[in-house]
Amino acid sequence: MLGLNKNDLTLLAIVAVLTLFAPFILNPFPADSAMAQFNAGYPDLMQRFIIFGIFAIGFNILFGLTGYLSFGHAAFLGVGSYAAVWMFKLLSYNVVPAIGLAIIVAGLFSVLIGYVSLRRSGIYFSILTLAFAQMSFALAYSVLSNPKFNLTNGETGLQVYKNDPQIFHGENMQDFPHFFGIYMNSTHTMNFGAWSFDFNAGYYLCAIVMILAFYLSIRIFRSPFGMMLRAIKSNQTRMSYTGLNPRPHTLAAFVISGMYAGLAGGLMAAMDPLAGAERMQWTASGEVVLMTILGGTGTLIGPVLGAGFIKYFENIFSKINDTILHQWFAFLPDGIEDFVVFIIHPFIGKGWHLTLGILFMLVVVFLPGGLVEGGQRLGKWIKSRGKSDDSSATTEPAE
Amino acid sequence: MDALILQILNGLDKGSAYALIALGLTLIFGTLGVVNFAHGALFMIGAFCAVSLSKLLKFSYVTIDETQKDFLGNPLKVETPYVESWFGPELGASIIDWSVPLSILLAIPVMILVGLIMERGLIKHFYKREHADQILVTFGLAIVLQEIVKYYFGANPIQTPPPDALMGVSNLGAWFGLDLPYPNWRIVYFCFAALVIAGVFSFLQFTTFGMVVRAGMADRETVGLLGIDIDKRFTVMFAIAACVAGLAGVMYAPINPPNYHMGMDFLVLSFVVVVVGGMGSLPGAVLAGFMLGILESFASTTWATTTLPGINQIIIYLVAIIVLLTRPRGLMGRKGVMEE
Repeated sequence: MLGLNKNDLTLLAIVAVLTLFAPFILNPFPADSAMAQFNAGYPDLMQRFIIFGIFAIGFNILFGLTGYLSFGHAAFLGVGSYAAVWMFKLLSYNVVPAIGLAIIVAGLFSVLIGYVSLRRSGIYFSILTLAFAQMSFALAYSVLSNPKFNLTNGETGLQVYKNDPQIFHGENMQDFPHFFGIYMNSTHTMNFGAWSFDFNAGYYLCAIVMILAFYLSIRIFRSPFGMMLRAIKSNQTRMSYTGLNPRPHTLAAFVISGMYAGLAGGLMAAMDPLAGAERMQWTASGEVVLMTILGGTGTLIGPVLGAGFIKYFENIFSKINDTILHQWFAFLPDGIEDFVVFIIHPFIGKGWHLTLGILFMLVVVFLPGGLVEGGQRLGKWIKSRGKSDDSSATTEPAE
Repeated sequence: MDALILQILNGLDKGSAYALIALGLTLIFGTLGVVNFAHGALFMIGAFCAVSLSKLLKFSYVTIDETQKDFLGNPLKVETPYVESWFGPELGASIIDWSVPLSILLAIPVMILVGLIMERGLIKHFYKREHADQILVTFGLAIVLQEIVKYYFGANPIQTPPPDALMGVSNLGAWFGLDLPYPNWRIVYFCFAALVIAGVFSFLQFTTFGMVVRAGMADRETVGLLGIDIDKRFTVMFAIAACVAGLAGVMYAPINPPNYHMGMDFLVLSFVVVVVGGMGSLPGAVLAGFMLGILESFASTTWATTTLPGINQIIIYLVAIIVLLTRPRGLMGRKGVMEE
């Protein structure tokens, strides 16, 4: 069905179910219980999961398949955001043209950058993309925001003002992005016993877009084109000896991943109609690299897992403070309790990046395949344990 | 004429910092073949050596002086740094005053230690892995190092003034009848950078150790076959490279108050410098460092920024892109380095 084999279809179905029922799944604790702070089912955070998931899926098409490590992908996300906000400013708050233009502009921008950067490979490619991204950041932050030609509104960030044209903006419309009248911030809260679940229109728009994006990425992975991209990663020389020119394929992969980033940027602007230059900084590009690696490079589900993992723990870790830690370790004797809290303290709250850095290093060193590889190893280990219980009596024949 | 020379001079201090960091990066890359994204963090650690020493020296105890009164009429509390009570007030005060240059003495052992631990503990395991993996693990390390510094020193820049004697501005061109006001500390920084660069080059050129290292850079296998433990020497070179970055950071502290992300800011530019200079070429890195520093200072003149607004922000990247596309090996790159 849908041109997928059985395994991929199951995977797609799992992802679809998980995203569509996320408001339930991410809110396992009653609203006023002590554990409620671990709930992640509120719209703002769920939107971030999905948007960064899309961003990472796109990045993975480039890095996972072709092995070209780009350190400048945030530039496309930023460009997408700016394009979307400009659509809000000029036409109306409808998200469809905004997201459409975001994808197109990011695509064009990535053709430009990709054409130049892909003339080199390896470390040079990484540094070229890094240089381009920093340049775009500088352009957006200061150069393109002078009074004569204000494209980005500099430090303040681009936003919609009352005196903007908005030619299709209706008389009695609210000033917030909408999908043909459905406002992105409209939330239906369902109370079910002690639990409360939020169903947010913006989240569901993102979710549907992500399922489509994920489906597209499965199709790319399984297509002859995807095979070509893998060939580029494994041996480019051999590929050119067989009479295939790797460059157009790599460029296509680069543009596709740039468009995914633009889509993520457009959605980001649709959820909150504001675009700032800091989205383009190279640390933001680093973040998507972290997500992809942490989840599992070159796997379908990995980037989504990585994005969810990082965004979830970023949110949770930043909320934990010393008081909460003291509550958790209250069962320990006083001295030891203080000591444990003292040891953990640097890693929580504002120290989340420290935890992330350490985690990331551990993953790169010990688990190059990321969470997906970890899961597979765990699965194999459990299987082999099960087997060895059955066949513990039989002895291996000598070689 | 005056303005022209002044712009060149203005570019020199930033250029020196670029050159020193790029030199260390190239040393690591040329010897170990590792792309070190944590090099900026080493620069930052150096700067924070200066910060911590000046804090340590100001460590003081409080005495109550009954003879003086503060504005409320209470006995005045006098803070006396321990250093002043040990060495006498005058010598003590001048030790505190000269804390930044003195930090060099602290930074050298600290940076060598950090370099050795980094190489033996982490980077050693990444020689055989892809460049992408090396980039990623050192990037992770850079995040960890900068977060640790942020945890202990806070997120705000910390002012670290140079010694009083080297504060002010002097007119460099007085002898030639030119008007060239230039801050003293920047002259010191440039001379210091030139000294370090000369030291590294003469170490490589005129010592047996340096000769072996250069041979190892050219052909690692053959040197190994001759019965020389080249890995050990490369580890030492890593420590030296870390030390160069650290020293660049120590002396840069008075120019730019250190904050935890200064390493990352410099790292991106230093990579661009290395690529422009040519991967694996030491003179190329130094040359490109100074060149780009001066270019940046020219682009920041009012004339340049009014004709092309914001050119100072992007000039380095533009030059890097043009150089990479027209001379893919950089200005002085050697054949066969980093080519698939």
